[in-house]
Amino acid sequence: MSWLAGLHGGLALLAGFSALAVAQNPPARPIVVASKPFGESFLLAEMFAQLLEARHFTVDRRLGLGATEIAFNALRTNAIDVYPEYTGTGLLAILGERPSPDPRQVFRQVAREFRERYGVRWLPPLGFQNTYAIAVRQETARKLSLATLSDLARVSRTLRAGLTPDFIGRADGMPGLEKAYGLRFGSVRALLPAVKYQALAAGEVDVIDGYSTDGFIARYDLVVLEDDQRFFPPYEAAALVSPAFQRDSPAAVAALAELSGLLTETDMRRLNRRIEVDGIPVPRVAAAALLNLGLTRAGPAESRPTREVSGTGVFPYLWNQRSTILSLTLRHLLLVGVSLAGAIAVALPLGLALERRRRAAESVIRGVGLLQTLPSIALLAFMIPLLGIGVIPALVALFLYSLYPILRNTYTGVRDAAPEAVAAAWALGMTAGQVLRYVRLPLAAPVIMAGIRTAAVINVGTATLAAFIGAGGLGDPIAAGLALSDTRMILSGALPAALLALLVDAVLGSLERIVTPGR
Amino acid sequence: MLQAERLSKRYGPVLALDAVSIGVGRAECVALIGESGSGKTTLLRCFNRLVDPDEGRVLIDGVEAAELDPIALRRRIGYVPQDGGLLPHWRVWRNVGLVPWLRRMQNRDELAERALALVGLEPAVFADRWPGELSGGQRQRVAVARALAASPDVILLDEPFGALDAITRADLQLAFGGLRRELKISAVLVTHDLNEAFLLADRIVVLRQGRVEQEASPTQLREAPATEYVRRLLLRARVPAA
Repeated sequence: MSWLAGLHGGLALLAGFSALAVAQNPPARPIVVASKPFGESFLLAEMFAQLLEARHFTVDRRLGLGATEIAFNALRTNAIDVYPEYTGTGLLAILGERPSPDPRQVFRQVAREFRERYGVRWLPPLGFQNTYAIAVRQETARKLSLATLSDLARVSRTLRAGLTPDFIGRADGMPGLEKAYGLRFGSVRALLPAVKYQALAAGEVDVIDGYSTDGFIARYDLVVLEDDQRFFPPYEAAALVSPAFQRDSPAAVAALAELSGLLTETDMRRLNRRIEVDGIPVPRVAAAALLNLGLTRAGPAESRPTREVSGTGVFPYLWNQRSTILSLTLRHLLLVGVSLAGAIAVALPLGLALERRRRAAESVIRGVGLLQTLPSIALLAFMIPLLGIGVIPALVALFLYSLYPILRNTYTGVRDAAPEAVAAAWALGMTAGQVLRYVRLPLAAPVIMAGIRTAAVINVGTATLAAFIGAGGLGDPIAAGLALSDTRMILSGALPAALLALLVDAVLGSLERIVTPGR
Repeated sequence: MLQAERLSKRYGPVLALDAVSIGVGRAECVALIGESGSGKTTLLRCFNRLVDPDEGRVLIDGVEAAELDPIALRRRIGYVPQDGGLLPHWRVWRNVGLVPWLRRMQNRDELAERALALVGLEPAVFADRWPGELSGGQRQRVAVARALAASPDVILLDEPFGALDAITRADLQLAFGGLRRELKISAVLVTHDLNEAFLLADRIVVLRQGRVEQEASPTQLREAPATEYVRRLLLRARVPAA
């Protein structure tokens, strides 16, 4: 019943979406401001958004998009208009060029190459660098007399590192450091940004990678080791602007450029600390920062509704957020319901058709099973050029992930349903259609339902990733909470998602019992 | 009633039927006997077109079976498989009323009840049960009732009592034999149990590797086994020689 409701809502929403798409005219279109999923990116994007709103532009926020690939693909294809990026990331991760130590030269290079290759524009840098920082605890630095990365290289084999998965893999991360400094750690654990600092502070690891503007560096009184060989390329922050946005809204682009050169590294560390350590909501920190910079006046931006957080416990927080959580849960159900309904509509008939073409069946089902092995982020990134960001690509991805369990169970269930009963029904004069409708399908129903149930529960979990392409749902607070190291925020998405999974499982479980025929 | 003329059927390299001809008269019971792979089940299935022969023809009441719609043909002919083949998700009355329902007959509940009573199952007790709630013998009785419900002239039985224990099997054999004579139904009975054939059949066809080894009445078969193979078959089944 729950997913039927979701289906209705979903169809209504799809209808709404297409209506919206038709109604979109370039001048009236809101400016889509996006960010990547970490605190500073949230903050800068929120500052962009509030600055634009103060200049009377309409803004649509899509904060916390998957990662560089997803955000940049979305920008390149005009699915979003602007997001904060770093010159070093542009040079290494997007262009795949070799790093250069000179910030000016790097900016000139990315500005030129992005314009020529993608028609994408870098606005002048915001004024600070957020480069990689390799950090250790005070006592470690003292005991081993560490000040530079060259010092670290001497003793690295005796140390345990906790690094972000991103950093372990990318050329300007660990592999490059190994080459430049001969760094080789005794052990390397992949840690998400949210837990990295706690792990270091608790002594679980000895070395972590961070960003030079992280608020936690000050909070835990960490030592950032100097990059004495100038290995890390400059990471100057700047607004990245889509081709359509710079063509259609020069005035808005000019408004954004007002921020250029105004933010120092000290400013950013302080602002990040307020978000990451003090837990102040991003919109309030952004509003205060714009006010201090003299870009806005007290009033409109400050009066933007920001959610006050009362109480310190998880449950007061959840209670406080109940209406947000409810609407996120509904959005989540809608993503799950619509994608699941679509998967049923395709996989069920396909499974039945394959039962009559058994030779082709295994290879078709295995092919669909391959979809299951695609990493979800990769699938999402791949779909952006085709479908943009938001609900549609999320639905398509969830649909693809739901196909396999339903298809497999339908085929196997119908194939293996009481063969002697099927043979007898056939021998007594049922037509093929009657055998399917009155014998095979009812006997296979419990197995098919079990497949749908599996798909639904997996789907509830996978749908949290929809947040990474701006589709909303309970993944939003999870992604934002991870980015801001805010456990309560993470739980405000994770707890309802877990409850939803249990609920969906229970509802479909009782449906499974209802469709189980006879004894 | 039923006529098979020079039927051949090949499955890949295996010749399941090799120019087999037999006839089944009105109200006659013919037993097809042989080992696994002798072709007896293939021959049985040719009569309701579950199998179409490569060569030869089947006549039903003088009409060539190949000319008939197989679905309609099957609905006219009763069928009892070895394992009963009851639909596990249908109650007994619905299973028994299957063919009347397929043939859109008016009084299907009545027909189902009558058929149940014929096989010795009290409708009031058994009609609402699930197949899973019945013993093996009761399930086979229901399967026989289902084959008889639409009052067919011909019934095909594929080792119908083979999976039952000895006592239950003897009960059912006696009940079925009496019932068939009473209703004057033609029957083709596939069995590997020679004693069952002697008990129920008017005529016995011994099949071996797709060919008819001997076709005779039970008495003739006992008195004059045509081949060494038939003699050994009789010995093995401990049928007393004449």
